[in-house]
Amino acid sequence: MKTVYKKPESITNKPTTYCPGCPHGIAHRLVAELLEEMNLTRETVIVWPVGCSVFGYYFIGTDAVEAAHGRACAMATGIKRTHPESFVMTYQGDGDLASIGIAETVHAAARGEKITVVYINNGNYGMTGGQMAPTTLIGQKTTTSPYGRDPKLTGFPMHVPEMLATLEATAYIARAALDSPQHIIQAKKFLKKAFNTQVNGIGFSLVEMISSCPTNWKMTPVEAMERIRQEVLPVFPIGEFKVAEGVE
Amino acid sequence: MGEKILMKGAEVIAEAAIRAGCMAFFGYPITPQNEVPEYFSRRMPKLGRVFLQAGSEVAAINMVYGAACTGTRVITTSSSPGISLMQEGFSYIANSDVPCVVVNAMRGGPGLGDIAPAQADYSQAVKGGGHGDYHSIVIAPHTLQEEADLMFDAFDLADKYRIMTVVLVDGLMGQMMEPVEFKEWVDVKKFKAPDWATVGQRDRDQRNIITSLEILPEGLEKMNLRLQEKYRKIEKNEIRFEEYKMDDAEYAITAFGTVARIAKTVVGMARDEGIKLGLIRPITLWPFPTKLIEKRAKQLKFFFDSELNAGQMLEDVKLAVNGRKPVYFYGKLGGVVPSAEDIYKEFKKHMEGGR
Ligand SMILES: Cc1ncc(C[n+]2csc(CCOP(=O)(O)OP(=O)(O)O)c2C)c(N)n1
Ligand code: SF4
Ligand SMILES: [Mg+2]
Repeated sequence: MKTVYKKPESITNKPTTYCPGCPHGIAHRLVAELLEEMNLTRETVIVWPVGCSVFGYYFIGTDAVEAAHGRACAMATGIKRTHPESFVMTYQGDGDLASIGIAETVHAAARGEKITVVYINNGNYGMTGGQMAPTTLIGQKTTTSPYGRDPKLTGFPMHVPEMLATLEATAYIARAALDSPQHIIQAKKFLKKAFNTQVNGIGFSLVEMISSCPTNWKMTPVEAMERIRQEVLPVFPIGEFKVAEGVE
Repeated sequence: MGEKILMKGAEVIAEAAIRAGCMAFFGYPITPQNEVPEYFSRRMPKLGRVFLQAGSEVAAINMVYGAACTGTRVITTSSSPGISLMQEGFSYIANSDVPCVVVNAMRGGPGLGDIAPAQADYSQAVKGGGHGDYHSIVIAPHTLQEEADLMFDAFDLADKYRIMTVVLVDGLMGQMMEPVEFKEWVDVKKFKAPDWATVGQRDRDQRNIITSLEILPEGLEKMNLRLQEKYRKIEKNEIRFEEYKMDDAEYAITAFGTVARIAKTVVGMARDEGIKLGLIRPITLWPFPTKLIEKRAKQLKFFFDSELNAGQMLEDVKLAVNGRKPVYFYGKLGGVVPSAEDIYKEFKKHMEGGR
C-alpha cells in the first residue's frame, strides 16, 4: 500500500494545548516535516518561548529548552556558540519576540548568529488573553486596546522582517502566511531556505508566519483566516526581505 | 602548581576560570570588573573557546543559561546593577538544574550608586535574588590566592550539584595586585556532554528537555522539594569557613571578603594589647556556617560583625547566635572602606561597654 500521508517523525502523540483551528499546529507541522526531510531531527535543539507554544516541546520531539519570556535568541546563542554542530532553532510569538524580546532578537540578528527563528505573528498575546501586541493592527480591539489601537497612543504595527533585513549580518529574512494551502506551501519553501541558511553556516535566518488567534479574535477559524487575507496581509505583506548570497 | 605570578584580581578571576576549564564567557561591560571580560576576550579565541559580548546583562545571562543547558563550563561576570538585571536568568537556571558560574564584583548602590567597593548585594546573593524558593552557592574569597583557588571549586561545585555558583567579591579585590599560584590546568579534552544536556538527541535513546515550567501545582511542588533536598545536601557537605585565632578567643569579628582581610589586621592590633579577639570568616556565604557560630557563642562575650553594607550578613550571624550573646555591628556604606583602626576603635567601644 502506498503511504500518502503520515505524521512527521518528530510530532509526538500528545494532544496539543492549542485551541481548535489555531495555526500554531500548522507551523509545528511545517517545522517537523522539514526537520525530517533534512535529516535534522536528532541534531536539533529547539528553544521554546513563553506564549501559547510554551509547551511546544511536548508536541515536537527534539531536544529542547524552555526560555524565559523573550530570551529565546539569547539562549539559542549560548547553545549554538558552544555547539556549532547542533541545529538550533527558536520558535517565538509576536509578544515574545517583538515586544519583550526585541533587544535579544535584534542583537542576535546583528551578530549574524547562525540560528533560525520561527516567528509566529498572531497580532496579540494569545496566551494571556488577547492583549495588544506590537503587531496589533490600527483600530484593532484587544483586551488592552478596548477602543481599538490608536497610533497616537501606541504607535503602529511593528514590521520585524523589514527591520532585521536592514542589518548586514542577516542572511535570510522572510514573511509567510498560514491562512491558505497555497500560502502554507510557500511558507514551507521559505522555512526550508531558512533552515538551509543555518545548515550551510551562512548566518541568521528568520521567517515570520502570519497566523491567527481565533479564540481571542472571537472568530471562527475560517473567519480568522479570512481576516488574515482581508486585513492583516495588506499591512504585513508576504515576501522575502533578505536573501544573502549562497542561500538556496 | 606552577610559579607565582603577580596579577590583578580581575585577571586572576579570568585566568583561573580558563585553567578550570571554562569554555565560554558571555557578559556585558560594567565597572569595576571590565578587566575580566577584556582578559577573556584576549585569551578565549586563542584557545578555541567562546567569548561573546552580549547586548545587555539580560541577554548575557540567558546565553549563559543556553550554554549551561549543554553542560558546558560557562561563566559571566558583572557588577551590582548588571547582576540585578540577571536575576530573572538566575531564577530560571535554579529551577532548571543547570550549572554555571557568576562573578559579582560588588559596587556601591542602590541604583547606579558608585563604582567603589561594597558588599551590599549580600542578601540578594545568598537569599536567592530572583523569584521563587531557590539558592545559589555563594563563595567569597578574601585574597587573590584564595580567589585563584576558589574559581576551580566554583566550577566543580556547579557541576557536582548542577547549580549556579556565585563568586562574590568587591571592586577592591578586582583592582588590587598580588602574587598568585594557579592550580593545574583542567584537561578539557576529557569533557563530554552530560547525559542530560540538550545538544541534539543523536544516538541517545531519550530526548532531553530542560524547562523550569511545571504547570500543575503538585508537579511544581515536587520540583521544589527536589530543589530543597539538593540544598540540604549542599548545606551538609559544602560549608566552608576560616577561623583565625579563635581557639582562646573571648570576642569574635564576623566578616567576609575584603572586610575579613582588614579584620585580620584588627585581630593583630587587639592581640598586641592582650585582647583575645578572633575572626570567623565564612567562605561559603550560602551555605552559611550557622553551626560553627552557634558553637562559638558559648565561649565568646560578644560578636562584632563588620561589613560594607548596613548589616546584611549580620542577620545570618544573629540567627545563628539566636540571642545567646550580643551581636554588635559596624558597617560602612556607599563604597566607603574602613581602615583597620576604624574597625578596632568601633570594636573597643563595645568592649568597654561590655565589661
Ligand atoms: C517576564 C514575563 N512577563 C510576562 C509574562 C506573561 N506572558 C506570558 S505569555 C505572554 C504573551 C505571549 O504572547 P505571544 O508571544 O504573542 O504568544 P502567543 O500566545 O500569542 O502565541 C505574556 C505577556 C511572562 N510569562 N513573563
Ligand atoms: S489563544 Fe490564540 S494563539 Fe493561543 S492557542 Fe488559542 S487560538 Fe492559538
Ligand atoms: Mg501572539
